[in-house]
Amino acid sequence: MKNFSFMRLSIWFYLVIFFAYLLGPLVIMSITAFNSPGFPRAAPWECLTFEWFSALFQDERILNGIWNSVLVGTGTVILSVAMGLAGALMLTQIWPKLRATYYTIIIAPILVPGVVIGISTLVFWDRVNRMLGLDADSFLSSGLFLTIIGQSTFIASYCMLVLVARLQRYDNALTEAALDLGASHAQTFRKVLLPFMRPAIASAAVLAFLASFENYNTTTFTFGEYPTLTIELAQKVRYGITPAISALAFIIVLLTVFAALFNEAKIRRQELVAAARKTATVEELETGKFRLPGFLSSNTAAVLLVVVAMATIAVVGTATVYSPAQCIADVKETKRLETELRIQELLQRRADEAARRAAEEGEQSDQAPATDATPKPSNDSGFGNVFNPGTLQDGGTETPEEEPENSGSGGVFDPGNLQSN
Amino acid sequence: MSAGVGVNLENLWIRFGDFVAVRDANVNINGGDFFSFLGPSGCGKTTILRAVSGFLEPSEGNVLIGGNNMKGIGPNKRPTALIFQNLALFPLMKVWENITFSMEIKGASAKERRKRADELLDMIALTGQGDKLPAELSGGQKQRVAIARALCAEPDVLLLDEPLSALDLKLRQHMRSELREIQKRVGITFIYITHDQGEALTMSDNVAVMRAGVIDQIGDGKTIYNDPNTAFAASFVGENNVFRGTVKKVIGNEVMVSTNRSGDLMARISSNNVGKMKEGDDAMLFIRPEAFALAPVGTQGDHFVTAQVTKEEFEGNVFNIFMEGEGGKEMKVSLPNLGQSFESHKGEPMTLEYDVHNAVALPAGVLATE
Ligand SMILES: Nc1ncnc2c1ncn2[C@@H]1O[C@H](COP(=O)(O)OP(=O)(O)O)[C@@H](O)[C@H]1O
Ligand SMILES: [Mg+2]
Repeated sequence: MKNFSFMRLSIWFYLVIFFAYLLGPLVIMSITAFNSPGFPRAAPWECLTFEWFSALFQDERILNGIWNSVLVGTGTVILSVAMGLAGALMLTQIWPKLRATYYTIIIAPILVPGVVIGISTLVFWDRVNRMLGLDADSFLSSGLFLTIIGQSTFIASYCMLVLVARLQRYDNALTEAALDLGASHAQTFRKVLLPFMRPAIASAAVLAFLASFENYNTTTFTFGEYPTLTIELAQKVRYGITPAISALAFIIVLLTVFAALFNEAKIRRQELVAAARKTATVEELETGKFRLPGFLSSNTAAVLLVVVAMATIAVVGTATVYSPAQCIADVKETKRLETELRIQELLQRRADEAARRAAEEGEQSDQAPATDATPKPSNDSGFGNVFNPGTLQDGGTETPEEEPENSGSGGVFDPGNLQSN
Repeated sequence: MSAGVGVNLENLWIRFGDFVAVRDANVNINGGDFFSFLGPSGCGKTTILRAVSGFLEPSEGNVLIGGNNMKGIGPNKRPTALIFQNLALFPLMKVWENITFSMEIKGASAKERRKRADELLDMIALTGQGDKLPAELSGGQKQRVAIARALCAEPDVLLLDEPLSALDLKLRQHMRSELREIQKRVGITFIYITHDQGEALTMSDNVAVMRAGVIDQIGDGKTIYNDPNTAFAASFVGENNVFRGTVKKVIGNEVMVSTNRSGDLMARISSNNVGKMKEGDDAMLFIRPEAFALAPVGTQGDHFVTAQVTKEEFEGNVFNIFMEGEGGKEMKVSLPNLGQSFESHKGEPMTLEYDVHNAVALPAGVLATE
């Protein structure tokens, strides 16, 4: 009995840790999107603000990146799903004997590093372009074309895996039945096989779009004049990030939640409808008296969906009227006071020290840097700091006593750090 | 009814690599017949059906439908409709869409299709269930939808591959008469496959008995039951008691077999084997359980059998008596229940007599294994 409850406790503990690990970064990132400081951080909480969202929507490059990502994503979805379906059909129907070999070949692109795919795409199509005697700005060397082609080489393999899984559950007798009833092969494909594959095609399309949207490794070689969102973000981060990126992340998370809830609600609804139809009598079905269950009844996902939608609307509504100006002014004032206080302290300490040294050695040193430093509040959360090049830039001018706090891994990569040391 | 379209198999061979699935089949199926292929599982029945419907090209020989050679004609161009062993209803289409799939292919309007579907649904007693999905139907209902779907294509020949095997016993018996009923009504040729001899005998005009790719006998049910061509047909169709031995004497259409266990017994030679059995040949003698009658214990003669009773069973319409038979196999005797009184003879010897005409002698051969 005791063991049992201990087991349960540890399972719960594990689950909490696991989900914290999975979702923690996203939650923190989302929170930073609503905090007013110019660098994304969740604590200390200063002022609730929506300005990062408007900053995001005014950032031409980000918007353009999103648009390019959508273009590339759409192209990749079309190409990969088509190629994936062809591959899956080939694998399950046409060459059952060569299955193993064929499978290995078609899976290979997943195993090849994205970087290699990017480079080889670039090299290969450049060759083709030259062989055809086309200009450097021909369609074949356009960033859009290359990125779609490059990403599709391996995304098509993902799609194929998804589609093969569904195809393996396909009963070939259905194809034969359709042929037997007089359908041509094309009609059989269109009216029987394709509808059967539809859910898998939808999954593959979503997967392909997401894989394309988040791809960086391959795209970085091929994007040309079509920088995607990931490319833009990567370039931006080089110059330091703002909570506008958190805002973007938040929007993406929210969209994901919406999509997941919507999907869940839809599946649940289909189940409910199927169950209701099964119990319905013939007369009910015939006379149209048959009532479908309400959309929200016993459908948790649907309820959650509505709640989240309402919350979003409420937040957007608030955002349009809410102004954090007063709060920001207050915080500024507090900060100023704090800073002044600390400067006083510092000066005092320095003066004391100077006096002590003078007394001991009779010698002056000017090792302490500028006195107009604005030290940060020392209760920064570890999280904010690690990813915070801005802090480090400040850090250069901070007092030595506060230095160790910032020497996380983030410091290693920060150019500002180098400058100041 | 119209004469219907006949089907002929001429010297049909079907091989899968080295394996011969169908060996030199010659079958003439009359138009409008209910014709069954009967044989144990794996004997090549489905293979023959697939050759007729066009999913398989014969290795040798021809399939003729309505006198036309079907060589090179695909399944979607043949006047056949196949009812699959697993039915193969389209899971995502509603019942009415399933039924009228063949019309959709030809571009019929939804209204026409709906109308035809309603007619067919009436015929299969599923009125008003057209908007259900196949998964929402019971086994017997699915079965009937599959039949309606095939009939909607207006085939000249309907092919059925063990369509009742997935149903429970009650439903199977009901569907037997229903299928026969439908066949009479539409008047087209039915080719029916089954491993259940009861199904074959009750429904068919003619039956082909198959064994391992070979057709042993073709005939109507009565002929196959009473006058089997081979030991296999005798033992596969219905229950039968076998007596092994050698031919002692041939007297016209009758033969005396000296059996290993029950002495010399007389039997009629199966009509296909008259003149083919000679003295000294290995022979098998078959007597049906219902062909026996009780005789005074110990009676000797060429149509009396004496053996120890091992088990007795009351089945209602008959008393079954099991006696020590050949090779450890029990011999079964079924005596009709006419209200007479039966005493138990368990463990005692019992003597039975039979009419020589009801015993069939055949050249020794492979028996069906139950
Ligand atoms: N496509 C095939 N390839 C190889 N062997 C096959 C194939 N189809 C059927 N067979 C073999 O042919 C024999 C007859 O099969 P089938 O016609 O399905 O028997 P049944 O009488 O049970 O319907 C079986 O031994 C089966 O293994
Ligand atoms: Mg079969």
